[in-house]
Amino acid sequence: MIPGSFEYHRPESVDGAIALLNEHGDEARLLAGGHSLIPMMKLRMAVPSHIVDLQAIDSLHGISEEGGELVIGALTTQHEVLTSDLLAAKCPIIPEAAALIADPQVRYCGTIGGNVANGDPGNDMPAIMQALGARFRAVGPNGSRDIAARDYYEAAYFTELEENEVLTQIRIPTPAVGHGSAYEKQKRKIGDYATAAAAVILTVESGRCISASIALTNVASTPLYAEAAAGALVGTDLGADAVDTAVRLAEEITEPTSDGRGPADFRTHVAGIMVRRAIARAQKNAG
Amino acid sequence: MNAEVASVEERKQNLKGMGTSRRRVEDARFVQGKGNYVDDIKLPGMLFGDFVRSPYAHARIKSVNKEAALAVPGVKAVLTADDLKPVNLAWMPTLAGDVQMVLADGKVLFQGQEVAFVVADDRYAASDAAELVEVEYEELPVLVDPFKAMDADAPVLREDLEGKTEGAHGPRRHHNHIFTWEVGDQDGTERALADAEIVAKEKITYQRVHPCPLETAGCVASMDKVNGHLTLWGTFQAPHAVRTVASLISTIPEHKIRVISPDIGGGFGNKVGVYPGYICSVVASIVLGVPVKWIEDRIENLQSTAFARDYHMTGEISATRDGRITGLKCHVLADHGGFDACADPTKFPAGFFNICTGSYDIPVAHVSVDGVYTNKAPGGVAYRCSFRVTEASYFIERMMDVLARKLEMDPAELRIKNFIKKEQFPYTSALGWEYDSGDYHTAMEKALETVKYKALRDEQKANREAFARGETRSLVGVGVGFFTEIVGAGPIKNCDILGLGMFDSCEIRVHPTGSAIARLGTISQGQGHATTFAQILASEIGIPADQITVEEGDTDTAPYGLGTYGSRSTPVAGAATAMAGRKIKAKAQMIAAWLLEVHDDDVEFDVDRFVVKGAPERFKTMAEVAFAAYNNVPPGLEPGLEAVSYYDPPNMTYPFGAYVCVVDIDVDTGVTDIRRFYALDDCGTRINPMIIEGQVHGGLTEALAIAMGQEISYDEMGNVKGASLMDFFLPTAVETPVWETDFTVTPSPHHPIGAKGVGESPNVGGVSAFSNAVNDAFAHLGLTHTQMPHDHWRVWKTAERLGITA
Amino acid sequence: MSKMHVKMNVNGAEVEGLAEPRTLLIHFLREQLSLTGPHIGCETSHCGACTVDLNGKSVKSCTVFVAQSNGAEVTTIEGIANADGTLHALQEAFREHHGLQCGFCTPGMITRAYRLLQENPNPSEEEIRYGISGNLCRCTGYQNIVKAIQAASDELNASKEAAQ
Repeated sequence: MIPGSFEYHRPESVDGAIALLNEHGDEARLLAGGHSLIPMMKLRMAVPSHIVDLQAIDSLHGISEEGGELVIGALTTQHEVLTSDLLAAKCPIIPEAAALIADPQVRYCGTIGGNVANGDPGNDMPAIMQALGARFRAVGPNGSRDIAARDYYEAAYFTELEENEVLTQIRIPTPAVGHGSAYEKQKRKIGDYATAAAAVILTVESGRCISASIALTNVASTPLYAEAAAGALVGTDLGADAVDTAVRLAEEITEPTSDGRGPADFRTHVAGIMVRRAIARAQKNAG
Repeated sequence: MNAEVASVEERKQNLKGMGTSRRRVEDARFVQGKGNYVDDIKLPGMLFGDFVRSPYAHARIKSVNKEAALAVPGVKAVLTADDLKPVNLAWMPTLAGDVQMVLADGKVLFQGQEVAFVVADDRYAASDAAELVEVEYEELPVLVDPFKAMDADAPVLREDLEGKTEGAHGPRRHHNHIFTWEVGDQDGTERALADAEIVAKEKITYQRVHPCPLETAGCVASMDKVNGHLTLWGTFQAPHAVRTVASLISTIPEHKIRVISPDIGGGFGNKVGVYPGYICSVVASIVLGVPVKWIEDRIENLQSTAFARDYHMTGEISATRDGRITGLKCHVLADHGGFDACADPTKFPAGFFNICTGSYDIPVAHVSVDGVYTNKAPGGVAYRCSFRVTEASYFIERMMDVLARKLEMDPAELRIKNFIKKEQFPYTSALGWEYDSGDYHTAMEKALETVKYKALRDEQKANREAFARGETRSLVGVGVGFFTEIVGAGPIKNCDILGLGMFDSCEIRVHPTGSAIARLGTISQGQGHATTFAQILASEIGIPADQITVEEGDTDTAPYGLGTYGSRSTPVAGAATAMAGRKIKAKAQMIAAWLLEVHDDDVEFDVDRFVVKGAPERFKTMAEVAFAAYNNVPPGLEPGLEAVSYYDPPNMTYPFGAYVCVVDIDVDTGVTDIRRFYALDDCGTRINPMIIEGQVHGGLTEALAIAMGQEISYDEMGNVKGASLMDFFLPTAVETPVWETDFTVTPSPHHPIGAKGVGESPNVGGVSAFSNAVNDAFAHLGLTHTQMPHDHWRVWKTAERLGITA
Repeated sequence: MSKMHVKMNVNGAEVEGLAEPRTLLIHFLREQLSLTGPHIGCETSHCGACTVDLNGKSVKSCTVFVAQSNGAEVTTIEGIANADGTLHALQEAFREHHGLQCGFCTPGMITRAYRLLQENPNPSEEEIRYGISGNLCRCTGYQNIVKAIQAASDELNASKEAAQ
């Protein structure tokens, strides 16, 4: 398993990276942690002739809070996300999900930007970002724009990001103090993608659900924002009927493939179970 | 240590002989990254080979165009079958008496089959060039389902066998039929089944899996054209057999071939066979006159290099109403893939599957096995078991549970009721094996007591009631498994591979200063031979294990042996070690007597010395005797202190054990949590308890993987699904439970030191214990059998079928 | 394809060489630097046999281009032993507790455990299992590996205390 040849670039600014993308068009690929791209290249399913390594662009690193938004640089690794005190305090679902991704070595390399950017339906962060209502900042030759996570994914490996754009930041509206969240993921073993997974974020006041969002991982060619399912919870006391409805509505939008993780009907069923368990846990840790 | 005053205990401790948990001598190099595995070998001018493989499972090859590949800088050669034909190497013999294409000759028979071999300066250039070899294929109808292999209209896979009605193992009755192998009393068994009060029948499939050692297969071939010597380093579990095969097929005289197995990164049966990569590397080195290395990648390993199992078994077991077994019948459809490359002793095309009467006194039995060709990779190796023994053990242990359900009897009780009794040993089974020894009742009783079996069943009863009331969505399963292994192949009268009797060997040289070297015909792949064989010898000849070097794996220096697989090293080579040691001791005794000026019969061996009978203050230590062997031997005796033993065992050995597994199954997700796993092993005399325990941990983990997730599966086009470690289940430390180990000791009566072998027992016994536990969780709902692997979706589907999913 | 000039610090020594950018770090280490301790097991970043320490992080060197690691600081199993040449507590503990059999996963396993203990000097059994879950072993069933890491952790903590 040997990758094809390429020319290597290590720009020190986003503009430098964009210039390289402009120059080489679809022959160039951005390299962040490399743990999605390099295996594809070793299988020769990807054979870019130019690799633009983003590691030297300092502005792409780091986690901060700016005016009601949590801002995560695209090159922030899963390990950094997992060990961030800021995220643990303000948005614990992100480190919770990071802990369920791959294994320690891969988390040291794998970046949150790479995880959301490349459109692999197996990745966990896209659904988290949809549930959180995050926006992705894309910088290209004509400046920058923000793309909502809920609009970003078109199909497996197809996204709103243009060929000459760099996804630089993830911007998340800081979730309300006291919100409850949970990410439930079923997988065959450490290092596997989800058979199905669900992210749930709730706010609850005096036992009543004020807001809810739900998103699903790896049960369609894109992450799924389960708007109707979440809607079924809002205004209820999260009783059995409301939860059953939400689970049913979430199951309805899934379109999983059958693979080694199981046949499609099983994966849809597991998605429902994950939603149910995530709601219960989010409710418990709300308040 | 002062030889004069040391106590017997101190002297024994100093030897670190049998029974000591001696620290391994191998580890110093491994923990520092100084092991020497085949891919670590670097020779001047060495080239690297890489394969072009077939994307199709069954296709005719119309043409191969090498031009673009040869134009890649650094590429030295591209070999195809046409290049191998002039040297008669386009095909090679398999260990099972079939032939196999080295490189595709006219057609391909499985996805991943070797089509061309590219040789280049390094692996990067070789890989680039392999991408550029243009092969034109014409797809042919694909045969995936073994049950359709012998349909009248099934596609012809092996055109080379067209019209051949006699195979290596008897008549062939269809173009995709390999052999039928039968043993036992068919009429008697049919009668027993017909007359029985109770008959239980079940179809039990042991899925296709792969041994998947962490190191893949590979080799370095180096032909010295000046003197005609070939040196071949490789991942060989049987280096001497490889040398003989290499000589037979290359016509290079055997004395001019040196085969070396360096450190091996795990074998588990995967590295017994001879693979096209070895042949191509040798040919390329002969053609190009420089060393050639070939190392397969993981996908190639999983796709093409020797699968295991793929046994489709139909069983019928009969019993009296009170649970006394009266007969057993089994038919196996064995999927061997495109070539029959099973690594079994010649007379046993289905290995030792006829150990399938297990640990039970079954009066009459019959087994028949049909081997068939399909468009899948060849193999059928013994993956951490003796030949086809895990299949047999899985079969009988599932059948026992199936019968227990039918009888509404506790599965442990049914086993105890039918065990071969201690006083029945040596016991001849209905299918012809002579079990050397056993004490099954004691082992089972100890196991059940330790796990508090009765309490577990009470807990399960409460759990089922709570489940029925809707208070829990989790079910408890208790799996009981009892196995009898058959290892240590084997007596030459029964067992040979390609005509080579399955003895093994040890050669010992004691040096003048009292240290020694022992060389064996086996080869460790992690079992710790350098540690344990020195311990056997320490106890036998009284030289401290720390002063004994053990060497294996170099055919120029080691005595001939059949290698390491089938748990045969301790039973066969371990016996050879003891026997060679005894020859040393006999000569040493004569020298000691001479030095002590007494008759030979008047001295006796005492731990590390010979003492004059009745006068323990008069003695010569082994070290003193060793020195004297080189300067002062009795008249008429040759100087020196060396011995060699080629040991042909009188029988196999029969390790056994009792395993209990407790699982909690989440019926909503199909997730099975292994709450507890207890393994009691009886491997006879225990040489190094620490190493035994390590072997049991490892074997159980492999059993866990097989039972709970491993599968090499194919789609209807013959594409291998999931041939990487993303999909092929190797548990991590997180999925692996804590193992509880225990033991009893029933020495083998015929083995010089009473040892039986243990490396494979936990895999043989483990798989059925896991499977029985999963099946047991649903038993109260009427489930008798559900197929492995018990991964999440299959378990959930079982629950769904039983109507307990929400 | 043209080669690039690569410089890095490996096991405390400055090294340099020429390599194609696509060269995987594991091949650069094994074939150009003859550091054959780290091994290749799966090539898809699942088994961890190729684990090395790269700028203070455990990485799978089969999934890193040498170009990416240009200028980096790398530690392999060959650089784990103490400065005086004695074995590191982990290396000793793996021997003492039978934490290895065939030895193929061992260099990656120890190198990973080395980083784990830097980050968490007192790991629980569960934390150890999670911490080494990127390293596969086919021989040991992990039980003795976990035991060895626990023992090394105790040993390192004891010697740290003694030094204070």
